Amino acid sequence: MTLMPPALRPHFSIQGLRHGARAALPAFPGFIMFALAFGTAAAQKGLSLGETLGLSAFVYAGASQMVGLEIWQQVWTPATILTIMTVTAVVNARMIMLGATLQPWLKHEPLPRTALNLFLLTEAGWLIGTRYHNEGGRDVGVLLGCALILWLVWLVATFAGFFAGALVPEPRRFGLDLVMPIFFGVMLVPLWKGAKPALPWLVAGLVSLIVHALVPGYLFIIAGALAGVIAGMLIE
Amino acid sequence: MNGFGSFIAGPWGSVVAIAAMTLVTFLCRIAGVVVMSRVRITPRIERGLRALPGSIILATILPVVIDNGWPAMIALAAAIVAMAVTRIDIVGLLTGLGTLAVIRAFG
Repeated sequence: MTLMPPALRPHFSIQGLRHGARAALPAFPGFIMFALAFGTAAAQKGLSLGETLGLSAFVYAGASQMVGLEIWQQVWTPATILTIMTVTAVVNARMIMLGATLQPWLKHEPLPRTALNLFLLTEAGWLIGTRYHNEGGRDVGVLLGCALILWLVWLVATFAGFFAGALVPEPRRFGLDLVMPIFFGVMLVPLWKGAKPALPWLVAGLVSLIVHALVPGYLFIIAGALAGVIAGMLIE
Repeated sequence: MNGFGSFIAGPWGSVVAIAAMTLVTFLCRIAGVVVMSRVRITPRIERGLRALPGSIILATILPVVIDNGWPAMIALAAAIVAMAVTRIDIVGLLTGLGTLAVIRAFG
């Protein structure tokens, strides 16, 4: 253990909200591109503006919104509702793990604020919050500020995509189709603490590649992440 | 058809669908916190959770980057190098996107 200043106690401040909103900036391009694509796809699929914004505002989880569009119905039955619920749960199950890592940070927070913070939980916001936490920060306002601004960006870009999707230039030309993976890769750098703590990452990457080759859909993410956590538990 | 069936077959169906998706997603979002507040966090569990951020990143991006071939791999490498040197996330991101755009323009 290196000598570290005593960790701050978890707390919440308005300055933290502002700090979090600023820290969220590098995630904007990914959110904008994904939400534009979703808004465009939803309009093409024939969803109303209210349905499209409703999905972005309340479900607020890109991959499951896209998969949801594929099985969207003109006329719903109990069976199709159950199907879309199940598919959504499978795609979003990885969020269970994100929440698990936040628990020590949030445990003294008032319940309504934690509910809001978790309602707005995304991988990008969580990564930014995790980086801040790893650097010794404990202001929960940072997590919430980041989450709130990302939600707003998501909603505005969904709206823009719904009406102006056809006007968006070819995303591939500016490398914008890979903006999310590149952002994630950038966020890997501050997590690096040497080769040994990164061994589980390698396990995660290998397992996700294998699952991706064998199973269609988004299952590779949760399979790889779970493998990494298990590897982390096993490696002393 | 029963009452619920005819209700969701009507205009309220999509509202019910969105509500159902919202409910299960919110349950996923809170489940980790709820479970961990009832579990004693042992050093082993802590080690596992500490491995999660890097694991989830690699699990998410590796298949996507490999599917997109060597331009994506070089762009990702450039982004990581720029971030390691400057420690400024937006610089890393723009370096990666710029590299990808240049390779695709000339490749």
